[in-house]
Amino acid sequence: MAQFNLNINGKSQQVDVDPNTPLLWVLRDHLDLVGTKFGCGIAQCGACTIHLDGNAVRSCQLPISAAEGAQVTTIEGLSENGDHPVQKAWLEHDVPQCGYCQAGQIMSAAALLAQNPSPSDTDIDNAMNGNICRCGTYLRIKAAIKTASQNL
Amino acid sequence: MTTVNTKMNRRSFLKASALAGGGMMLSFAWLAGCKPTEEEMMGLPKEWFELNSYIKIGENGAVTLYSPNPEFGSNVKTSMPMILAEELDTDWKHVFVEQADFYPERFDRQFTGGSQGIRQGWTPLRTAGATARAMLVSAAAQSWNVPASEITTNAGQIEHKASGNKAHYGEMASLAATLEVPEEVTLKEIKNFNIIGTSKKNVDGQKIITGKPLFAIDHKVEGMKYAALVMPPAFGMQLKSFDKSSVMGMSGIIDAFPISLFKEDYARNFFDTTTFPEVVAIVGNSTWEVMQAKKNLTAEWEKAPETTFPMAGRGGGTSTAVVPAGLENTNRHKARMAEYIQKPGNVVRRDGDPEGMFNKAAKVLERTYTAPFLAHNTMEPMNCFANVKGDKAIIYGPTQAPEFISGTIAQALGIPKENIQINLARMGGGFGRRAYSHHMTEAALISQKIQAPVKMVYTREDDMSAGVYRPTYSATYRAALDENNNLLAFHVKAGGIPETPLHANRFPAGAIDHYLAEAWDIPSNITIGAFRAPRSNFIAGAEQSFLDELAEEMGKDPIEFRLELLKRAETNPVGERNDYEPKRYAGVLELVRDKSNWTSQQSNVSRGVSAYFCHNSYVAEVVDTVIKDNQPVVESVYAAVDCGIVVNPDAARNMGEGAIVDGIGNAFFGELTFENGAPTKRNFDKYRMIRHKEAPKKIEVHFVENNEDPTGLGEPLFPPVFAALANSLYKATGKRYYEQPFAPQLEMENLKM
Ligand code: FES
Ligand code: FES
Repeated sequence: MAQFNLNINGKSQQVDVDPNTPLLWVLRDHLDLVGTKFGCGIAQCGACTIHLDGNAVRSCQLPISAAEGAQVTTIEGLSENGDHPVQKAWLEHDVPQCGYCQAGQIMSAAALLAQNPSPSDTDIDNAMNGNICRCGTYLRIKAAIKTASQNL
Repeated sequence: MTTVNTKMNRRSFLKASALAGGGMMLSFAWLAGCKPTEEEMMGLPKEWFELNSYIKIGENGAVTLYSPNPEFGSNVKTSMPMILAEELDTDWKHVFVEQADFYPERFDRQFTGGSQGIRQGWTPLRTAGATARAMLVSAAAQSWNVPASEITTNAGQIEHKASGNKAHYGEMASLAATLEVPEEVTLKEIKNFNIIGTSKKNVDGQKIITGKPLFAIDHKVEGMKYAALVMPPAFGMQLKSFDKSSVMGMSGIIDAFPISLFKEDYARNFFDTTTFPEVVAIVGNSTWEVMQAKKNLTAEWEKAPETTFPMAGRGGGTSTAVVPAGLENTNRHKARMAEYIQKPGNVVRRDGDPEGMFNKAAKVLERTYTAPFLAHNTMEPMNCFANVKGDKAIIYGPTQAPEFISGTIAQALGIPKENIQINLARMGGGFGRRAYSHHMTEAALISQKIQAPVKMVYTREDDMSAGVYRPTYSATYRAALDENNNLLAFHVKAGGIPETPLHANRFPAGAIDHYLAEAWDIPSNITIGAFRAPRSNFIAGAEQSFLDELAEEMGKDPIEFRLELLKRAETNPVGERNDYEPKRYAGVLELVRDKSNWTSQQSNVSRGVSAYFCHNSYVAEVVDTVIKDNQPVVESVYAAVDCGIVVNPDAARNMGEGAIVDGIGNAFFGELTFENGAPTKRNFDKYRMIRHKEAPKKIEVHFVENNEDPTGLGEPLFPPVFAALANSLYKATGKRYYEQPFAPQLEMENLKM
């Protein structure tokens, strides 16, 4: 066990956990930020995607010790009122089915648009390929990213 | 005008107040969660008046509708309340939707599966809405002293034109709630629908996109512990012993013990399928700590002998189920299936003289199709929260079938069923997997042992390797042709491990004079269960690939050929047990021909067509592929669907798109194999799932417009894709694809996958 000082969604937080604990489980079990999801635990599905200093990162493979000193943003902190252009576009296209993968999809999409405001289809495919949607909402995700890119 | 008797679903009209100690949980999640816009939000009423199990109205006119069925992504939580709202004649903007808990005294059929939610909910929900409306009208008639028949309603407003009286529903709710439930109510005419048939957004959309806790895996209460399971490493193995001390010193670990899901004399039901009835549970202070301990646990496993257990029959009585011993291998499965293909099967249907016709045939076309086991791989792994204290239990988890697990939990815990409250979580996918809710029993047993609330979570590896899989199947089709290429007879022989996929009375049965259908199966200890469109999800692909090849052999256009057969089945059907309507079947083929511009095909795309009937709905699909940079790319998919009235069109299209993506993914990549009883793929690094790049570039879902009562939608678009894709890939590569998944064979054609 060790003390870690974290900056999450603009707030500083202290936790006392094993240094190898992935950020995912610190968020979910210790800080009650359960929007970030567990899907595979091996960086293969994208359900656990968060932003680490603005980059999309799989939190299931990020030891807590590596998150210290960085700005962590989770789905809960992406926008104040759920009105980030990506979130708004998600509602406009009514993207989710079961909804489980969607926080991860939104975080990947938001990071993509922050770096590349007008991505091509190929850019979208490349940036989003690490996010599995078992319900198969890929076409709506792509359409929503394009809508969001118009409204940044 | 349709009048319905309300007696048929009387229990939906029981009021909560009439129930002693009723366990209804009102969560008002919309208040704590997202901020509704002003338009949506008319303020919390001071008091709610319950009109029946589904409907409460506040004094200010706000309406709460309970969605009875568990939600796994098929939109029932939005679509079912839309049906209530339609007949209640309220304004959708005034509606708050709540997930009903499992409450069999108040709701019928709280089951999600078989694409039957809307179909079976249609009349009960319409009746419940119309009944509440009738009671509000009666209340107004009493208050204003006018005849009820002169009163009209519109969007939550009640009016008596002649006297100039007007009120909103909230003003009449308290009186209405005290009135007798009418014996008979009148349903709206379909042409007057103004909610059904208009697209409404997912009622949980805002919560999903802001990461609110919606799923059982997100649940947490004060003092809750975390648990993980350690399961036998392979099918055919069982626990011999384990060493508790191997984990007890580890950080955050509180306890480790074995749990057994079934008492010896318990007669299991159809949905009690459980991969491993005895497992080791590890309990600790956090998910990560119990997952670490899992890796450290030393246990001895042994080969399980053949086992038997009592199975409850559907109509009472019990039979004995047998689970064979042995460690199974995919190679051996394939070899045994090949043997069975050569042997006669059990004849399930015979029309005319098929054997005689095959003997006389000038030509016989024979093809065999196979498909592997598939894992469901819901994105949310199996998990459950349970809080068992003394003889009371609260279970909150992802389940498609709460009714079927409640008795199982009761026997495992040894407490009465009435003391077990099951609350329904939104599910991170289901696809049939969560019809088998052993995870609820597992969590309940753990909580009972530690007498504290617990959340039990499977790792992805547990979820994938202890599955209730789609079986492996094989189907052999034969067609007898005369010297002029006329079709004389048709033969299908289909089987699998451990069940046959045959639907003997579906198309083309009924369209061919001489027809033979045979089935076979091979027992196994690998657990199998419902997987999106069970059996159809394989047999459709086999049948529709074969019909494509047969049409080619006969020199016919594949759509034209199917339409000819359907014309025959319509005008002069063979046999009496055909379970499809040829006209509606033909209707979707005609619609897809039109929407895909089938007759004016572009030369650079390769198209395949397929059509299928299941879950009371008809679907035809056209898939267009191109080879780009040496890679097969699915450019477009056109689907034509006849599922009767479509309640929520945009959400219905979403579901259709998802089923198509799912089908293409499984056709290309889906495969689970076994070595010495153990699945060789345990996570997404090895089990290939369709991803963004492989999804079709465009999908169009078109609905046949008619006034038929709604039928299934979640499953029917899935089965036909396999063949539409295979037939299209044939055009693109010149090779037929008989074996799923297709990717390894495409790679043999030097294509990149
Ligand atoms: S849970 Fe992290 S990528 Fe799957
Ligand atoms: S919406 Fe269900 S996994 Fe993506």
